[in-house]
Formats: sequence, structure tokens, C-alpha cells
Amino acid sequence: MAEKVSCLSQERAGYLEGVVSQARNAAAVFTQYTQQDVDRIVKPMVLAGLAQAQHLARLAIEETRIGVLEDKIIKNMVATEFVYNYVRDKPTVGVIAEFPERGITEIADPIGVIFSITPITNPTSTVLFKCIMAIKTRNAAIFGPHPKAWRCCREAVRIMYEAAIANGAPEGVFTCLEEPTIEDNVYLMHHKDVRLIDATGGRGAVKAAYSSGKPALGVGPGNTPVYLEKTADVAMAVVDIITSKTFDNGTICASEQTVVIDGEIYDRVLEEFAVLGAHICKDGEANLLARALVDPQTGYAQPMAVGQKATDIARAVGLKVKPDTKLLIAPIAGVGREYPLSVEKLFPVLAVYRAKSADEALRVCIDVNHAGGLGHTAVVFSRNEDVIRKFGEVIDAGRVIVNSPGSIGALGGVYNDMVPTFSFGCGTGGGNSTTDNVNVYHYLNIKRVARRTQAHMWYRVPNQIYFNRNAVENLRQFPSRSTLIVTTPVLEQMGHVDIVRRWMAPQTVARVLAIPDAEPELKVVMQGVEALKLHEADQIVALGGGSVIDAAKIMKLMYEAPEADLAELAAPFLDIRKRVVRFPDGKANRVRLIAAPTTSGTGSEVTPFAVLTDKSSGRKITLADYSLSPDVAIVDPQFVMSMPKGLTADTGIDCLTHALEAGVSIYASPYTDSNAMQAIRLVFRYLPAAFERPDDEEARSMMHNAACIAAMAFSNASVGVNHALAHAFGARFGVAHGRANALMLPHVIAFNASVPTKFMPSPNQRAYVAHKKYALTAELLGLGGETIEEKVANLIAAVEGLLDRLAFPSSIAGLGISRDEFERAMPDLTRNAFDDPSWRSNPRMPLVSELAELFWSAYEGRGRTKIARAS
Amino acid sequence: MGQARLKMEGDLVHALRSALDNLEKVDGELVLDFTTVRRIEPSALNAMEEIAARAGERHVRVALEAVDVSIYRVLKLTKLASRFT
Repeated sequence: MAEKVSCLSQERAGYLEGVVSQARNAAAVFTQYTQQDVDRIVKPMVLAGLAQAQHLARLAIEETRIGVLEDKIIKNMVATEFVYNYVRDKPTVGVIAEFPERGITEIADPIGVIFSITPITNPTSTVLFKCIMAIKTRNAAIFGPHPKAWRCCREAVRIMYEAAIANGAPEGVFTCLEEPTIEDNVYLMHHKDVRLIDATGGRGAVKAAYSSGKPALGVGPGNTPVYLEKTADVAMAVVDIITSKTFDNGTICASEQTVVIDGEIYDRVLEEFAVLGAHICKDGEANLLARALVDPQTGYAQPMAVGQKATDIARAVGLKVKPDTKLLIAPIAGVGREYPLSVEKLFPVLAVYRAKSADEALRVCIDVNHAGGLGHTAVVFSRNEDVIRKFGEVIDAGRVIVNSPGSIGALGGVYNDMVPTFSFGCGTGGGNSTTDNVNVYHYLNIKRVARRTQAHMWYRVPNQIYFNRNAVENLRQFPSRSTLIVTTPVLEQMGHVDIVRRWMAPQTVARVLAIPDAEPELKVVMQGVEALKLHEADQIVALGGGSVIDAAKIMKLMYEAPEADLAELAAPFLDIRKRVVRFPDGKANRVRLIAAPTTSGTGSEVTPFAVLTDKSSGRKITLADYSLSPDVAIVDPQFVMSMPKGLTADTGIDCLTHALEAGVSIYASPYTDSNAMQAIRLVFRYLPAAFERPDDEEARSMMHNAACIAAMAFSNASVGVNHALAHAFGARFGVAHGRANALMLPHVIAFNASVPTKFMPSPNQRAYVAHKKYALTAELLGLGGETIEEKVANLIAAVEGLLDRLAFPSSIAGLGISRDEFERAMPDLTRNAFDDPSWRSNPRMPLVSELAELFWSAYEGRGRTKIARAS
Repeated sequence: MGQARLKMEGDLVHALRSALDNLEKVDGELVLDFTTVRRIEPSALNAMEEIAARAGERHVRVALEAVDVSIYRVLKLTKLASRFT
């Protein structure tokens, strides 16, 4: 039953219900058909339509008294032959496209029952066209023809139906309503089993279709402006316009309505029109036409003129014209209600306008376009590509036809390569959902089968890493005219800079820039850039801890790409491959960056990260891009032999945290795992010795390697929630990064090893594996345990034991932070930790409440961690 | 209460008509075996409509067995699926 109350008689409603029921069954049965089944039906239908093209054209003329027989025959042929030519090889059943590289398969599904309204102006051709589309897409169609054209449409449907059934189409696939009424349309438009309304017709039908609440293709009136620009081929343009405007006596809604002609060629154009059989109206004649042909109440053209011959119209309005007159041309001085002939006229009367300039011509075309023709069709004749492009940009039309007839051009496939159609989508300007030439793809639901993809992963590190004692000697390999050594005053005093100088390549002029040993400030970075410029440096040697190396990275960036906007480059991102902001490609200068770390923790010598502070704005800027990675890393333990114990512990645990977090990261890969596992093993084996016996060169050397190896892991797999917590806590309470990491670490392992409240979306991991990877780590360290849970517990105990041995405070409370103070800080801590990008790669997505629990757990201290429901 | 089984073989409409006739004799459940049915036509849908209506009148359950998935889809689209068990 129709969903809306209808005023139809019971008998008529019963008739319509039968029609819909039959169509619904046919559509359902049609879903079983293959592409071959469908194609076997379509071709004989097309041939039947072609064979009956003249018969149907005669019926249409007899019934509607509109148009030209010869042109209607051509329309019927275009609607069959041209449409078939377009659809014949198009897949429309089942899999229609596959994109293996994207893992996407497109599957075409029919819509079901389509209620199809057809116009009086193109009755049989529209039916032929829509029947072919329906069968090609396995849909059933109910035709609601214009009440003054239903008999010819019924015959067109009969011809198509019989050909279709004879070749295997399901019974009931087409029905043409007998003696259709507007009430029928309303009833069917609201029927629950009608899936799509395809309304090609007048304003009322299209509006009703769109108001029904059903998916609809509504294609209504136009008002085609034509710009005849001064560079145009006038002879061709005039022939094209006459051909188009007189085709079927102007009944195609894409036909030309007002031609705006550049003043320079206006007289010549009108002369050409006159020579070829147009009657150019004098002022009084144009007024006569306007009064007779346009309804002063509605502003629309009189229906009685639609599709009539120019001579008949002239006779009817009392205009004397030659008997062979094809077209009546009426000059107008503007557009709008004061100029009645500026509206759509589906008969051979054409308005012309003399434009004083190109700008004025475009303005008038826009006015015509907006006077009832939005979204439909526009035409331009010009040899100037700029004019054509400009016209296309400013006109609101689904079809902009260039140097060809509007009506036949818009139909597609004859004068251009547009899709052949008898239904013009008019976009939102015309209240339509598409600007396309309606075609088979609008009669399909296209489903996308999207397979899980695995994003490309990477493993990027500097291509040269020199390690072990005296690795610094490798500096000799890097010739340089001018090198800037970026370091700290302390390291300079310790003689490390002299060692570097000693091993520089011959002829290298080296200058030293000593900067504070603290998170670099923008001001300091810019001093470095000035120094690089002053000395025209081609190489930087960054000798220092993470801060110095970070500063050098940003100096390099700003030296090579002075236009770089650091604040913009620091914009957050979720996936480095899809980030909004790209680091600069074009380089004004080229400089080699060699990083020689003097601490064993940050691993900045191989990472693509850098952090700086802009004190003027109070902002911390974190940059991440592989272009920041140093070109060469010198991991020489002689630079860390004098690290103080506290720094040894802090940086060593930072290194361990990097490795543990990279190991369970959602971006972990076999490549990063090998680094992470090895770094963890080295830390457990050598950090206590490096801490307890600072002169133990092997321990120092191995910890220096461990820091670099862990950094290679997290450069590619990133870190996790431990870093998010440590960043927030460290910033708030002024606690060193490594120390802050240490306070969180056992609690985070327990958190990640538990069944997550919320999983992180990660196509790279097929299952939750964090607990298993922790267990694997425990196995690697020989910690024992039978079950995964036991192994994870043993790992936590081992980490806690290490932290104890390194004399780390066991809790946040142990730092002297009161419970009240910590409680007050908690909202900021959780907010900042949640804003921190570090956890985006954590295996478990933390809830804000879980971040608070982790902070409180760390506040209470070690030895209390437990795995909640080990997964 | 008994159960009768009918295999839908050969011309489907003919087989369904036989099932319709059999409905008069069934007291309980009639099982229609669709194992060999690969495609269904509108005329068969009409016959199934009749079976569903008659079964309702006679309080007989009609079960469809081994229905091919593409035919099941047709029955869903025509609202017939819910009228059989």
C-alpha cells in the first residue's frame, strides 16, 4: 500500500497495487540474472526499438501534436542505438570493477521497482531509453507517461516488453499505466515498494518526485543561455543553433533559449540567421510574440506553442513571415519578467541580446541561467579557450556545450563524448541530486567490498652509523669546506670538541657554536642558523646530548629551508603518511648533519624527532619527520665515559622505555622488534654495571649501543602511553624525563598486558599481542615462568628490581609530592597525557580514567602492580 | 500431527501446484525440498503466494528446505520468506 493517504478510487488503487506487486516480483526474480542473461535481453529490445522508431514517432506526433516526425524518428534511434552503444559492454551485474591494489571490489545491485515519469515532449524516445536502462540494470519499471502522451508510450513499452519477455526477462518487468493521472503519480511515488522515482518532465512532476521522500532522479526544465563570442566561427554557430533550436521544433529542454552576442559580430550573426531561414523580428513583432507566447501571470511560455512550427506560431500570433521560415528571432534588451521572451521556450522562438562587452555578455548569460535554467545546460561558441573556461566556471549548468548544438549536444554521443541520455541531471541548482547525464549507473546500487589492507610499513634509519670506541675517527671520511660544531660549553671544556676537531677531514674549517645544555630555545636555534649562513657551512657536527642534537636538527631544517614554518610543521598527526603538513622538499642550502651523542638514552642521533621551546610564545614545538634524521651517527663510548651516575640511570631507563614501548607498539614490525629486543637485553645486562662501575668501558659501550638500537626501534614503531604519562608528569613537576619514565614503567607494562577496555584500531595487528610480546621479552631475559601471566609478572618484577638497583624513587609520593597536590594536578595531568601524541601507537587505547588510575598507581609506587585479567 | 515432504523437481510451478493440492491432505507440516531449484520465476512466486495463503487458512505449517541463497533473497524481497518456516 502507498504510505500516503490517497484520494484514488478503490478500483484504481487496486489496479495500481497489482501493477506494483507484479513489478516487485519481477524485480525480485531479476536479481537472479547474470550479466549474460541481461545482455541477451537488451540487444533484441534495442533492435525492436530501432525497427519501430518511425512507427512510434508517428504515434507520438498523432497523439501529442508536438514536434517534427523526422526528428522524433532520430530521437527514437538515438535512444536505442546510441544508448546501446554506450551500455553494450558496460558491466552492470555482479562484480563490475576490481581494484586489487586497493582491496576493493565493486558489485552492482539492482534497485528494484522504478517509477518512471516521461514527458510529453519526448515521449517514446524517453520510454525506449529508460526500458533499456532498466533491463541492463535488472530493474522493473512502471511508466507513468504524460496524460497527453500515454498511448504512444504504452505502445513503446509494449514493444520493449515483448522483446524483453521473448528473450527471457521476468514477467511484469515493465508496465505502462493506462490513462494515467496525477493522482496515480502521487500514489506510486509514495508506495513502499517503489524504490526510485525517475521523473523526466515538467516542474510539477519533478517537484512531486523530490517531495515524496523517496530517492529520486528529477529532471525538469532548463533555460539555456548561449554566449556567441566574437572569436567564434559564426557560420558554424548559426547553423548549429538553427539545427538545435528547430530540432523537433525545440522540444528538447537543453535547446537554446537566449543567444548573447558580442556587439562586434551581432549584425553579422543576425544577417547569417536571416540568410539561413530565420525571421528577425522588429521591435513591434518581438512584443507581439512576447504578449502571445508568455503567460503574464506565471511568466512561463504558453503550452500551446510547445513543439509547434515557426510558421504556425507566426500565423497564430499574427506575424507575417516567409513560408520557409524556420525560426523566429526576437531581440531582447534584458532578462527577467520585464523581458518575457527571456524564459524557456520549447518552440522555435529564440531571443537574442547584443552585448557591449565580454563581461556584460557573461552577466546576461548568468541572468538567463538563473531565470529558470539553473543546473541544466549552457552553450558557448568561441575559439578562445580562456573564454570557454571562464564561461564554464561562472555558469551553473550540468552540461556546458562548446561549439555545437545545445539540444543534440546535451543528449550526448553525437557531437561530443558525453554519455547518451534522455534525462539531464541538473544538480542542486535544479533541485536534483546529480549533474550527470542520467545513465545506467544511476539505476544501480553499487556496493563496495573493502578488504582489510595492511599499510606499507617502513624501517628508516641514517644510512651510516659508526660505533665502538674511536668511532669518531670516521669523521675523516666526510670532506667539508666549512663545518659548524654544535655543542655545550661543558663538553668543550671537557676536551670532546678537540677530539672531534682532530678527526675532521683535512682542509675542513671548523667553528664551534656552544649552546646551553637544555631543551633548545628558538632563539638559540636561530643563532645557529645565522652562524651556518655566515660561514656558508656544508656540515654540522652535533656533539652533545639529545638537546644539542635536536637543536642541530632544527638549525639544519631552517638553514636548508628558511621558509619553513615551525609552528605549522609541529601540527599534530595520526599517521605520518597522511599528515596535513609536509616538510619542505626544496632546499636552499645543503648541509650534512653528523650526530655524536654524549649520553646513552635519547637516541636522537638516529631519530626523526626534535623538540624545542619558543619562550616568546611559551610553546613547546615537537617536530617529527624523517628529513630531520641525522645523515651520520657516531656512537663513540669515549664521549659517555664521564656521565654522572644519575644521568646514566635516567638515560638508561629512557632507553629501556623506548625499547619496551616500541616492542608492543601497534607499529611494531619484525624489523623494529629485533632492535627492541636486543636493546632490552643489553640494558638488563649492562646498565647496572655502567651505573655501578662508571669506568666499565664495555658496559658504557654496550649501553651507548643499546640507546642507539632502541632509538632505531622507536624511530619506526614509536613509543606509547608511558611516554605520554611521563611527558605530562615531568612537565608539571619538573622531573627529568628518564626518571618520570621510570616511575610509570612497571604500571604501564601491567596496564598493557591486561585485556584492554578499548582496543587501538590497528590493521597491522591481527590480534592483541602486547602481553605475549612482554612474555617473549621475559623469555629472552631468562626470567622464567610457565604461563604468559607469570612471564609478564616476572618481567615487571625484573624491571622493578632494576629500578631499585639504580636507586630510583619507588613512587611519586617518594619524590615528596603530597597526595593533595597530586590530586589537584590530576585534571591537568590526565588532560595533557591524553593530548600527548605518544600513546597513539600504544597497543591499548587509554581512557582518561585509566590514565588517572595509572598516575595514582605510580603515586602509590612499585610492588603493587598487578595485571588485571591477563588476556 | 504428521509431516509430508515434497521434492521440488522439474517444472517448479507444476511442482508447487502439486504441493498446493497436497496441502489439503496434510495435517501438521508440509516440507518443500528446494534442493534442485536454481532459479525462480514470477509464476512460481504466485504459486507460493497461494500456498502460503491456503496453509494459513488450514493451519498447516509449510517449511522450505535447502533453499539456494539467491532464491532466498527473492523470497525476502517479495516478503514471502517470512510466510514459510
